[in-house]
Amino acid sequence: MENPHLSYRSYVLGAAVVLIIVIYVLRLFSLQLSSDDYKLRADSNAFMRRIQFPARGAITDRNGKLLVYNQPAYDIMVVMKEQVGVDTMDLCNSLGITRDWYDRRMAEIKDKYRNPGYSPNTPQLFMSQLSVKEFSQFQEKLFRFPGFYTQKRSIRQYTGPYAAHILGDVGEVNPADIEADDYYRSGDYIGTQGIERSYERQLRGVKGSEILLRDVQGRIKGRYQDGRFDQQPIPGKNLTLSIDLDLQKLGERLMQGKLGSIVAIEPSTGEILCMVSSPSFDPRQMVGRQRGKKHQELSRDPMKPLLNRAIMGLFPPGSTFKTSQALTFLQEGIITPQTAYPCSHGFHFKGLTVGCHGHGSPLPLIPAIGTSCNGYFCWGLYHMLGNRTKYPTVQDAMTCWKNHMVAMGFGYQLGVDLPGEKRGLIPNAAYYDKAYKGSWNGLTVISISIGQGEVLLTPLQIANLCATIANRGWFITPHVVKAIQDEEIDSLYTTRRHTLVSPVHYQTVVEGMQRAVEGGTCHSARVPWYITCGKTGTAQNRGHDHSAFMGFAPKDNPKIAVAVYVENGGWGATYGVPLGALIMEQYINGHLSPESEKKAEIFANKTINYGGYER
Amino acid sequence: MAVTKDRSLIHSLDWLTIFVYVALLGLGWMSICGACYEYGEPKDFLSLASFSTRTGMQLVWIGTSILLGGVILLLDDRIFDTFAYLIYGAMLILLLATPFLAHDIKGSLSWIKIGSFSLQPAEFAKFATSLALAKFMSTYGFKLEGSWKNLIICSTLMLFPMALIVMQKETGSALVYFSLFLMLYREGMPGSFLFTGIAAVAYVVVGLRFSEEEVLGGLLNMGDIYVALLILVFVGVLLYVYCRRSAIMNSSEYTGAAGSFIAIRQRRYFYILLFALGSIGLHLSAGTLVNHLAEHQQKRIQVLLGLRDDPSGVGYNVIQAKIAIGSGGLEGKGFLNGTQTKLKYVPEQETDFIFCTVGEEQGFIGSAIVLILFMTLLLRLLYLSERQPTAFGRVYGYCVFSIFFFHVLINIGMVLGLMPVIGIPLPFFSYGGSSLWGFTFLLFIFLRMDAARIRMQW
Repeated sequence: MENPHLSYRSYVLGAAVVLIIVIYVLRLFSLQLSSDDYKLRADSNAFMRRIQFPARGAITDRNGKLLVYNQPAYDIMVVMKEQVGVDTMDLCNSLGITRDWYDRRMAEIKDKYRNPGYSPNTPQLFMSQLSVKEFSQFQEKLFRFPGFYTQKRSIRQYTGPYAAHILGDVGEVNPADIEADDYYRSGDYIGTQGIERSYERQLRGVKGSEILLRDVQGRIKGRYQDGRFDQQPIPGKNLTLSIDLDLQKLGERLMQGKLGSIVAIEPSTGEILCMVSSPSFDPRQMVGRQRGKKHQELSRDPMKPLLNRAIMGLFPPGSTFKTSQALTFLQEGIITPQTAYPCSHGFHFKGLTVGCHGHGSPLPLIPAIGTSCNGYFCWGLYHMLGNRTKYPTVQDAMTCWKNHMVAMGFGYQLGVDLPGEKRGLIPNAAYYDKAYKGSWNGLTVISISIGQGEVLLTPLQIANLCATIANRGWFITPHVVKAIQDEEIDSLYTTRRHTLVSPVHYQTVVEGMQRAVEGGTCHSARVPWYITCGKTGTAQNRGHDHSAFMGFAPKDNPKIAVAVYVENGGWGATYGVPLGALIMEQYINGHLSPESEKKAEIFANKTINYGGYER
Repeated sequence: MAVTKDRSLIHSLDWLTIFVYVALLGLGWMSICGACYEYGEPKDFLSLASFSTRTGMQLVWIGTSILLGGVILLLDDRIFDTFAYLIYGAMLILLLATPFLAHDIKGSLSWIKIGSFSLQPAEFAKFATSLALAKFMSTYGFKLEGSWKNLIICSTLMLFPMALIVMQKETGSALVYFSLFLMLYREGMPGSFLFTGIAAVAYVVVGLRFSEEEVLGGLLNMGDIYVALLILVFVGVLLYVYCRRSAIMNSSEYTGAAGSFIAIRQRRYFYILLFALGSIGLHLSAGTLVNHLAEHQQKRIQVLLGLRDDPSGVGYNVIQAKIAIGSGGLEGKGFLNGTQTKLKYVPEQETDFIFCTVGEEQGFIGSAIVLILFMTLLLRLLYLSERQPTAFGRVYGYCVFSIFFFHVLINIGMVLGLMPVIGIPLPFFSYGGSSLWGFTFLLFIFLRMDAARIRMQW
């Protein structure tokens, strides 16, 4: 019975047991302790980060009137596995979509290539941005469509049809945006135009996230550690614009039926009080699902309503530019206020003629500005560029001239807080050397002295010139955002920029502009309540002349500087002066007098026929 | 009489084994909680113990198991010897009837429904077979060494339940009976038999594992080369173990004559040559057999053996199991905090893959403790078996050892990705009453016998 000679075999078996257990412990060691690899894989299995979108900041005008806010919109989501057996025709009718659209959308959702995150167990976007009305109609029938859900999102909404160009809009990020800033993920929204774009960082806030646990079938089972690692979204900051909504409304009303722009600036702060670009569009039409269609429609309009002419339109400034010339000549000692130049219906010299209207001759500077004498400024530029005692070459003289222009904010972007600003054109010596192969002189380029020729400014630059004159020699970079919630605005928008011209000379030009209102080209801008200074401009171009005006008021302690530019509006006095005067009255008095209201109504109803022009 | 019996039971019972048993049950229940817990449910004990949940049900199985263990300890130890064949016979009839009574669960025909519970008779066949083997091998004058007849009878006793279980489509459970060759080895079956069996399994597994990588222009594959190396190593070991001068001189066949020495050595050389040729033959025939199958069938064999990565099928289980264990780290994610298990990434996690929960929630420390507890149990079983005064007790003890060893070896090895995927439960951990009751029967019958050893010696 006993077999003690075999009992050694119990040790063999015992050794086998120990060996196996040692191997398994070593295996455990290598799986659990030697790397984090499995831990990371387990995390990526189980954790799903869900982004929580912050509310975008609201936007108000300078008086706190709400301009832009967030409106709830609804996305319709579908869970493929649950929607089996839904009456498709009923669904299409309820949502107002075609069967064809439904089939295409369903195929897109299931296409793993186009929709890499697809799972039949998780909600997929079926239809986006339903309005509250559409949503509430669908909501009543939702019980009939198992597998379909609604999800709240917010879209931008606007209180009125105003200031579309300034406010801009919001759209889905494109791949370049994602590449440039890793804050963005596909499907996020980003400001694409206007201040929505330039203040994107402040408006967007900070996304939050919650860590959710996802089971093997992709279903969400709850929050990881009851949300201990979740981050709440930080809402975007509210913006207060420097825009005065009432002024903006008036400006847009006056510009109806005309192409052009009105820009008004508060000289002491550089704050833009209104910025009208006409034609405009109603930003309320540019939200929700119709955005793409509407946007396409506008971009095909030959009148280019999407273009913000105030900062993107390049125009010859015409006679408004003469003020900058007077300042330059005075500072450079080419003229004194007493210098008088002859003008017999224009500037005639060596066979060159620049025409002018009838007025007394010869004229000193102040009446020359008042009557907008072309001859005076042609002579001035001719003498400046031809002054070989002061400037060794014409190129040096030109460079000096250009430096003055640049210091006044021309030729480069002013730096307004809106995207897409154009720099305009101020020619320099190199430009003419190239254009005329080195052979040129003051006469060759004489038309720049009266704001014609190569010179191109944006309406904003013209308004800024006016603000600089109102300030007697300095300006603050114009901007549309007055204040940001819990944040200082950029120091660029609080710092004075001085021109190269002394305030004394500005005072002379101010007198000239007062003369223009009180007995010159701008007499219709005269009002009983305060002293207005102004300067007309009539810019020649291929078609009918552009009507321009810039002015500020009151003369001392100016509160507003305005530039009006009406394309093909004719004389500066035809549209520019009356429109500018109405803008100044509205802002300074806070309302229009009954006569002015009548006048405003008349101008609002005037339309200019642009049909014949190739644009 | 009754008083002395009770006192002797308390004194003679092996409390170390009881302690390990209770510890494993406790850890097992924690793992079941981790595997069955549904995210978001309350975590307090009363909710976990609620009978409407699987954790609560497992608590019932654990309670009844302890009760059954207690009842077994109170039985007269001699009834096992007396009724061994009767129990075996009854079990065979039950196994035979099972496929006809069973309802199909995932292709398996091994479950009989009684009221609202299901029982798996195969789990109880283990102790019945062990008892029958112990009874047969303890008959007077029984000797396994040198007796082909006895070896065949023993194998046949094992073969009956195996065949019946295969008919129930529970191949994994049937394979468990091969573990009883460990017991036969202890009882005198030549070690070379066991060795040959293990070698054959090694050839097939290694050969298939590396058969994809071709070398020498497709003439051979890496499987051939590894198998050839294995054969060389095995032959070398055999030559050393059996053909050393001292090995022959110490053997029982050696009479001291020089002729006897040479004859023994020649005979052993012949057997080893036979082993080598047989090994080559086995490898070639297995290779040929597999090569004649269609490619998808070959893949299926490899996947079933766990030899091929198959992220969507069986291989998926192994990958997710490894992720679950690997993500546990040193201390684990904590009770009920495992994400892999909680979110159902590991299939069969409360049954065959239960060890994942230990790895994920208790970490390296907890897993190593479980392994050491199993090692303690196995070594203790060896010790207890060796101290049995009767062959009946010893053989039964070795049967218990062999079955537990096989389950631990295969189940944990499978979860760790070291063994082929064979669906057998981990004792005291896997969910289910049948396996828990079966293992409790197996263990407590032995503990009852062990407690009676002193009386037997009187």
